[in-house]
Amino acid sequence: MFDAFVQIVRKDLLGAFRQQSDILNPIWFFVIVVTLFPLGIGTDPALLARIAPGIIWVAALLAALLSFERLFKDDYIDGSLEQMMLAPHSLTWLVCAKVFTHWLLTGLPILFVSPLLAVFLSLEENTFWALFLTLLIGTPILSLLGAIGVALTIGLRKGGVLLSLIMLPLSIPILIFSTMAIDAASFGQPYLGLLALLGAMLVGAITLAPFAIAASLRVSVS
Amino acid sequence: MLECKNLTCVREERVLFNNLNFALSPGEILHVEGPNGIGKTSLFRLLVGLSSPYSGDIYWQQQNIMSDRESYYQNMLYLGHKSGVKPELTALENLQFFHRLYNPSVELDLWDILTLVGLVGYENIPTAQLSAGQQRRVALARMWFSDCPLWILDEPFTAIDKSGVKVIENLLIKHAHKGGMIILTTHQDLSLPTDLYKKLTLQKPAIGEQYV
Amino acid sequence: MWKWLHPYAKAEKSYALSGKLMPWFLVIAIPTFFVGIIWGLAFAPADYQQGDSFRIIYIHVPAAMMAMGAYSTMAVAAFIGLVWQIRLAEMTVAATAPIGAVYTFIALFTGAAWGKPMWGAWWVWDARLTSELILLFVYLGIIALYNAFSDKILAGRAASILTLVGVINLPIIHFSVVWWNTLHQGATITKFDQPSMATEMLIPLLIMIVSFASFLGLMILYRFRNEILQRESHRPWVIALVKQSLKTNKRG
Repeated sequence: MFDAFVQIVRKDLLGAFRQQSDILNPIWFFVIVVTLFPLGIGTDPALLARIAPGIIWVAALLAALLSFERLFKDDYIDGSLEQMMLAPHSLTWLVCAKVFTHWLLTGLPILFVSPLLAVFLSLEENTFWALFLTLLIGTPILSLLGAIGVALTIGLRKGGVLLSLIMLPLSIPILIFSTMAIDAASFGQPYLGLLALLGAMLVGAITLAPFAIAASLRVSVS
Repeated sequence: MLECKNLTCVREERVLFNNLNFALSPGEILHVEGPNGIGKTSLFRLLVGLSSPYSGDIYWQQQNIMSDRESYYQNMLYLGHKSGVKPELTALENLQFFHRLYNPSVELDLWDILTLVGLVGYENIPTAQLSAGQQRRVALARMWFSDCPLWILDEPFTAIDKSGVKVIENLLIKHAHKGGMIILTTHQDLSLPTDLYKKLTLQKPAIGEQYV
Repeated sequence: MWKWLHPYAKAEKSYALSGKLMPWFLVIAIPTFFVGIIWGLAFAPADYQQGDSFRIIYIHVPAAMMAMGAYSTMAVAAFIGLVWQIRLAEMTVAATAPIGAVYTFIALFTGAAWGKPMWGAWWVWDARLTSELILLFVYLGIIALYNAFSDKILAGRAASILTLVGVINLPIIHFSVVWWNTLHQGATITKFDQPSMATEMLIPLLIMIVSFASFLGLMILYRFRNEILQRESHRPWVIALVKQSLKTNKRG
């Protein structure tokens, strides 16, 4: 069973490294969106530091949205998705492997570029760590939630916009808790409680979302 | 043994076929026939459990296939219109993946398989760069190392040349002789021995039963 | 429960049953509406702080409650539909979503109209209003998803899954919004903090809630019947029904 997980992760990573633009473009997009804000609002460091958490998280949400298409779309088109659904393993488990790979390819790179953004938006070190930790816990939840949306809309011709309409309202709590944690950190207050809440949401998402994703795939690919 | 009982398939309120009954025993090849749009592919997607029937049930070894998908899928190989081959990966990588995920218990050398399907010399090229027929061969290669008794093949001969068709026919016959079961559709004339070979012609629903 | 429900898993039976139930809901909804609205608007005493503008609660509160009520109905129907694979339950989800969305919109609109005299602005990021706005987004998502599928059986199933995902998420959303709100505008007093509402004000409110609830039931049944007729429009019993209604129309 574990081997099946590894096989799917391996195959997806291999495919992604052959098509590197797929990995790089959402990250690129993320950096550009964040850069737009100082250009639009002004460069006052105090103001930027004040709105940075919101900017970074909204940008991360948008970048995640861009990358969701790839989660199942290519597989749907070339038929590997239906073959995966016919594999002699639990679909819920295989779906976990897909989402995990997606996070490796989109969530993790966002973590890597976050120091750069901290410099751009004049974040202090303490605030940066809060940002880093919320991204670390929050982006897997985004991947899981987004996977449900993708799985529901994959068979539709114009699923892209619909995906955002479904997915964004559901991700509001992550946005709120993350930005609250970063805000707290910037005022020098403890934010561990908020991280714990995010962590609880992550655990909840990991246990429940794969079932919803598998059920949605069974509806969409038929 | 595969059994269908009172199978009705509905797509967008239209009945494609209704009350379909048939059974397939070991050693039999079932050729599903009918004009385009009659619902052959829809039937196949019901048989493999990708879509669920409007009414009726499908049984594998007296077990409803929906009740225990995993054990059914251990015994079933489906090759559909879409090949399931990843275009970014090479033929060898694709086959390795299929082998490890679907038939890990079968011991084999994938090079032998590549030789059999005539892809030696192309093993390191991403499948996207292969010809349509060669890509099809990558998908069909799974039949050579599958240990599943039931094969469900939707138009397996598309884009395959004449000699390739011959090779696959021989493989099908061998599989049937070993006690395997095959369901396939194709618009080509097959030269399979008639004692193994059954035909199922899909019929339009009677007038008055065309809609639900 | 299964045995009791089973006959109603047939569309024709449910159509007939819901047709029988509809007049009862109507009989409750209309008189309570007039009694409640007249009592609330004309006879209930004015609020000592807010004056007459508080009277909008007679629309706002029932609408907000029914917005949640409609979602609960959908969640129960979605669960039944997915677990026991009953298509009629999935149809109920699809039939209820637009009604819930309209109730949510009414709640939002009246909330904003109430905010104008109270806060001097049409829109304030109050926790309740924000939650209602997000609930409206969720409703619209479900409706859009349902409409995007051309195969209505699959559409019903997809909408049901999304409804259940929403059910888990909505309390978290509400909780997060309330917390966010206390952090960002801690001083604002929520307009619902009325621990001791006078009985004379409360009774018409309860009457209005009953009225809105039965109207919700009525609308769900109505749309549910329409959904059945549309999906089964080629079935003999629907054709017979249409012929009969044509005949009675001619006579009348």
